[in-house]
Amino acid sequence: MALRAIAGKKTLTLGLGFGPSGAAAAASFPGLGSGLHARGLVTFSLPDLPYDYGALEPAISGEIMQLHHQKHHQTYITNYNKALEQLEEAMTKGDSSKVVHLQSAIKFNGGGHINHSIFWQNLKPANEGGGEPPHGSLGWAIDTDFGSLEALVKTMNAEGTALQGSGWVWLALDREVKKLKVETTANQDPLVTKGANLVPLLGIDVWEHAYYLQYKNVRPDYLKNIWKVMNWKYASGVYEKEVA
Amino acid sequence: MGFHLLSPSYCCGYQPSPPISHGLLRFRPVTGIPKPSPKGQLHQSRRASKVLAYYGITTPPYKLDALEPYMSQRTLELHWGKHHRDYVDSLNKQLVKSPLYGHTMEELIKVTYNNGNPLPEFNNAAQVWNHDFFWESMQSGGGKLPQGGVLQQIEKDFDSYSNFRDTFVESAMALFGSGWVWLVLRTEEKKLSVVRTSNAICPLVWGDIPIIALDMWEHAYYLDYKDDREKYINTFMDNLVSWHAATVRMLRAEAFVNLGEPKIPVA
Repeated sequence: MALRAIAGKKTLTLGLGFGPSGAAAAASFPGLGSGLHARGLVTFSLPDLPYDYGALEPAISGEIMQLHHQKHHQTYITNYNKALEQLEEAMTKGDSSKVVHLQSAIKFNGGGHINHSIFWQNLKPANEGGGEPPHGSLGWAIDTDFGSLEALVKTMNAEGTALQGSGWVWLALDREVKKLKVETTANQDPLVTKGANLVPLLGIDVWEHAYYLQYKNVRPDYLKNIWKVMNWKYASGVYEKEVA
Repeated sequence: MGFHLLSPSYCCGYQPSPPISHGLLRFRPVTGIPKPSPKGQLHQSRRASKVLAYYGITTPPYKLDALEPYMSQRTLELHWGKHHRDYVDSLNKQLVKSPLYGHTMEELIKVTYNNGNPLPEFNNAAQVWNHDFFWESMQSGGGKLPQGGVLQQIEKDFDSYSNFRDTFVESAMALFGSGWVWLVLRTEEKKLSVVRTSNAICPLVWGDIPIIALDMWEHAYYLDYKDDREKYINTFMDNLVSWHAATVRMLRAEAFVNLGEPKIPVA
């Protein structure tokens, strides 16, 4: 029992210590755990950004990117790991009320980790192709389901602006009917909470921390500018894999 | 603190006409008052006229730099001047097409909350009220300890002030997403309690009486504290919270909730 506790603690600190300088393998697959407890509990660490903090300027400032990545995302991961450990303990003890009680912390922090891991992949510096409109099958699907790319952007911006409080606005693929949809989720709820068949292609974080330092209360300006660094290649990749 | 619609300062020169049979008050333009008006001119017909404003924005009871260095002037300028003002403007816009006028702000919140199925106006109405309450929950030279009746009640309901403070801080830290943390007087249980609410929800909707509020939306602290919520919350407790306002509110609350033997708070 003591051995397990020691082994667990050590790998946990190892897992958390990866930070921006390591975990290269984890970066290519968002959400992949990289710490292992003796009993097999997988914990998570902060994935690297595939670009510098300042690379998305002027659409998103370097200051925001650094805080967003190193503080906010890291906090979600830290608390997610904590909740997972507590869950494992509660499950081992058969403590049902603790297990259920932990679900909201897992949904919030785990969701935060999932959502932000996707978000970093959704963004790309303008000089590396960020903002380039989608071609191929995703482009046609957008025209079919929304009329045009402009109409889609307009819809997503409207939904994002209208969202009360904190949350995300998504371009989603309903993998069952093979149609694109715009969805919003509250707080850090991942897209699946809106439908088990929904696959996230693009997500825009409309929590105030995502834009406040730069855009203050003018969320519409943030939404207008973020399309200049949108990584449509990632979205197309996910889309093509799903409809193949 | 309700907004009374018949008060001239909010009516911009309009006067209510005598009540019509179905009880709805309508506002008619007063003739002879020169006013720059959009294309809906002053006309004297008996048709329903366009109302220009329902609710106004109140100013915080201190200058915008009064809470420095704990809450910067820049934050106040944005938080009050933009966010709070936007809620007021949006609410007024919504109410143009809505049959909901004639309420005080507190009534409007309860009506639009609609027992948990909030109407579209709820968010704006509640946020207007919440922010008014928030500005008045703070003061320059705030923090320190409550005194007199408030302290006694806190010690009765939380065992000690530091217990209360810990509960308040923990509650604020545990909030997921946007929301507020409140010290309320629960009307049913007749005791003080710490509650946290999401987004715009306000304890008025449950019939409880708010005593202190802390805005935990990110726009409230991000410019000054970035992601360090703990520092913001502690600074609020140590340097900003107005126990004077809390005392006044408790006094008023005791007119509605019987807290036992008469207490005469030493303010």
